[in-house]
Parts: sequence; structure tokens; C-alpha cells
Amino acid sequence: MKRELKITVNGDLYELYVDPGMLLVEVLRDRLGLTGTKRGCNSMSCGVCTVILDGKAVKSCTILALQANGKNVTTIEGMANGSKLHPIQQSFIDHWAFQCGFCTSGQIMAAKALLDENPNPTREEIKHTMNGHLCRCTGYNMIIEAILDAANRLQEEVK
Amino acid sequence: MIKDFEYSAPGTLDEALSLISQYGEDGKIIAGGQSLLLLMRRKLVAPRYLVDIKGISSLDYINISENGDLNIGALTTHRAIETSREIQQKFRILSEMEENIAAVENRNWGSIGGNLCHADPVGDPSPVLVALNARLEIVSVRGERTVAVEDFARDRFYVNLAHDEILTEIQVPCPAPRTGSKYTKFSILEGSFALASVAMSVTLNAKSDICDDVRIALGAVNSTAMRAREAEEVLIGKEITDELLEKAGEVASGEADPIGDMRASAAYRKELVKVLVKRVGKEALLRAGKDSWEGSSAKSDGKVALLGRR
Repeated sequence: MKRELKITVNGDLYELYVDPGMLLVEVLRDRLGLTGTKRGCNSMSCGVCTVILDGKAVKSCTILALQANGKNVTTIEGMANGSKLHPIQQSFIDHWAFQCGFCTSGQIMAAKALLDENPNPTREEIKHTMNGHLCRCTGYNMIIEAILDAANRLQEEVK
Repeated sequence: MIKDFEYSAPGTLDEALSLISQYGEDGKIIAGGQSLLLLMRRKLVAPRYLVDIKGISSLDYINISENGDLNIGALTTHRAIETSREIQQKFRILSEMEENIAAVENRNWGSIGGNLCHADPVGDPSPVLVALNARLEIVSVRGERTVAVEDFARDRFYVNLAHDEILTEIQVPCPAPRTGSKYTKFSILEGSFALASVAMSVTLNAKSDICDDVRIALGAVNSTAMRAREAEEVLIGKEITDELLEKAGEVASGEADPIGDMRASAAYRKELVKVLVKRVGKEALLRAGKDSWEGSSAKSDGKVALLGRR
């Protein structure tokens, strides 16, 4: 039996009816059309489905959509401000932190959650926090550089 | 897409208990679902009724009492335990264990109680809680009981929990004076499953460095986390030396009964136990306040140097 789901995604409130077996990633992509969040391993090993749920990074492939009822979700679509990219997005471009781009939305959401919590992380802290994200293109170093640089840019913005 | 089920999200423990007692074998509890949803997706578990207790906030707490006992609500997330200042200061072994469970995204959503009830033999909390002699509070409409963590997991993915029962609290006793504890898992990648893990809690005599008590728990080398009781006997009542730890490692390795799989052969896992008991033992002793370690190369960190682990 379908159940009512009220969920705020990137600031917009959605009310819809979903099967209880629907996962958060399925609702985001298949019902709301927000396909920036990717479906990868479907077993929480790769990190491409990462979104921010009430301020915390989570893997949307392994959460029932109904468990997000009443909560706030931020996806990659909620990062840019109009046509101006978020500093983390810009930094990923400037540092060549992606090639095919499939893992990028998950990487950026994880980086966002990290920098929200710890605005000035060390390289080691970045490596440890990002260890749930696989990238088959970049060899990871550019991603770490991008996040370090994004931390600087965000702190500049605050000043 | 997961096979259809009927979903309920009770707001209180009492409501949850009454629902699962009605559903009996057809019901299943979900907390963070970081293990259960993988099984449901593969149709290894297909409950008719799913009772979502994730939102029951009364089971989400960390509390250290005046006498130093630690109580953790079953729905407390791994991340909350990892980042708790009090736990970092007074139960360091727990926060250190938590920071290497899976990825931060999983720790943000998954709970310690869910992890224990899933009873994966490679799980990290079990061996640590066994070494700390922790107990679990279990509640049902019939009443409540406690069980030692050591006796909770009966077999892989099978725990001492009836269909109408919910694990509500993890109770860790205050360690005796001069007690030190340490956990290390050996895994290929940071955060991935242990090939073998060892947790040890050692208590030294007030007046000498004689080992008054020790608990050694092994993970990932049997169908559940297990005590290495014979290895404990090697150490109790003695002043622990390099040679004695070596011996304890060999004995523990003999007690381990691992499987071989794609990650590591059984023989390799046994070898890991031998090495880890020694490493973990040295660090636990230092933490217990043993002044010096003859022949110690001052590597008090005790972590496994592999593939650039932190």
C-alpha cells in the first residue's frame, strides 16, 4: 500500500505517495526527476548516491524514502546559486577533479557535508572522510586538492 | 526496488513493541537499515511488515553515570559515538573502533543496536563490547531482560532475540583502575570488513604490573565474535612480557576458527590473530599504565601500517 511522503528537497516541499519499498535515490531520480544523484553499486559501496539529509551525508541507495519523511534533503541540484556554481563545484572544475563525472555529484555532496562540519580540514581528514567514494578516473589526488582549495574559497567568502 | 511490505513508523517504544508482538514472525524491525536493506534488496529477507524504529528518539542517547558506567541507546548512530567527547576521553577504544566502520555516510545513519542485531561475524562493535564485558538490555511486551554481548550472537546473522523483542540499550561497565583497552582490525582498505580483528582489555594489579584480569575478543575468525579464553589464561596472574604475549597470540590463533574466502584464506586469518594479539596487547598494557615496555620500539600507536592507513 502506498504511503504519503512529505519531503523537502533543495528547499522545495514535495508531497507524494510512494511504495514503502522505494529507496530515497529512487524517489529523487524517478519520481522527482532529480537525476544528478546517481545510482551506482546499489549496495552503499561506491558513494555516487550521496545526498545530505538534515545536514548529514548519507547514501540514498540504502535509506527507505519513507525514512526521510519530514526531512530536508540537499542534492547536487541544490548547490549552484542560479548560474553561479557553488565554490566546491568550481573548485572541482579548476582542479580537474573529474573526468567522466559519474562519481562527482556524490563526491561534491560528501565534500559539502565535510566542509560544513569542519571548514578547515587536513589532507588526512579529507582522505578519511572521502573513503566511501570510488572514482575510476582521477586517481583521487585532484579531488583532495579541489576540496582543500574549496575550503580556502569558502573561508574567503566568509571574510 | 524492494519487494512490497507494509510499513509503520511508531513514535514510541511501547507502540513499536505492541506492533512487533502482533506481527510475530512476519514482522521485522528496521533502524538505520545499513545492513537490512542490502538483504531485502537481494530478497534474502522479505518481511510482510516492517516496523521502522529509527525515529524513536528516546533510544538515542549517550550517558555516563556518576560511577563511570556507560549507557548507549540502541539507536545512537555510529557517528555520534565516534564524535562523543566523553566517549573519546573515557572509552577511547569505542570511538577508535567507530571511526573505521564503513564510511562516514553509513556511520551518520546506521546505529550501534542495528549493527549488533545484524550479527555479521565481521562486525566491529561486537568484539570491542565483548572485551569491555558489556551487556544488552532487551525489552518486549512480556518484560525486560539483559544479556551479555558475549552471549547475544549465536551464529552468523543469528541473535538471541525473540520476534517480539527490541534491543534498547548497550551497557558498558566502568573499567577497573589500571585498565587499558585497544582494538585493531586488519582490513585491505580503510573502513572495509575486517579480515581479522582483536580487542583486548587488560587490568593490572594496583601495586605491581601483574595482570589481574584480561579479556581478549577475536572478530571475523568465527561465526560470531569470540573470547580467546585459553589465551587469557596464559596472561592472567603474570607480569606480561613480549614472550608471554607471543605465546598468547599463538594460543589465540589456535582458538580461532576462521573460514577462507575471497578476501583471505583461513591460514592467513589465523596468522593475523597471532600478530594482532601481540600488537593490541602491547598498546592495551601501555594504556593500563605499564610504565615501560622492554624491547618496545615506542610504537605506541599500535595501528597496522598498511596502504597508508591513518
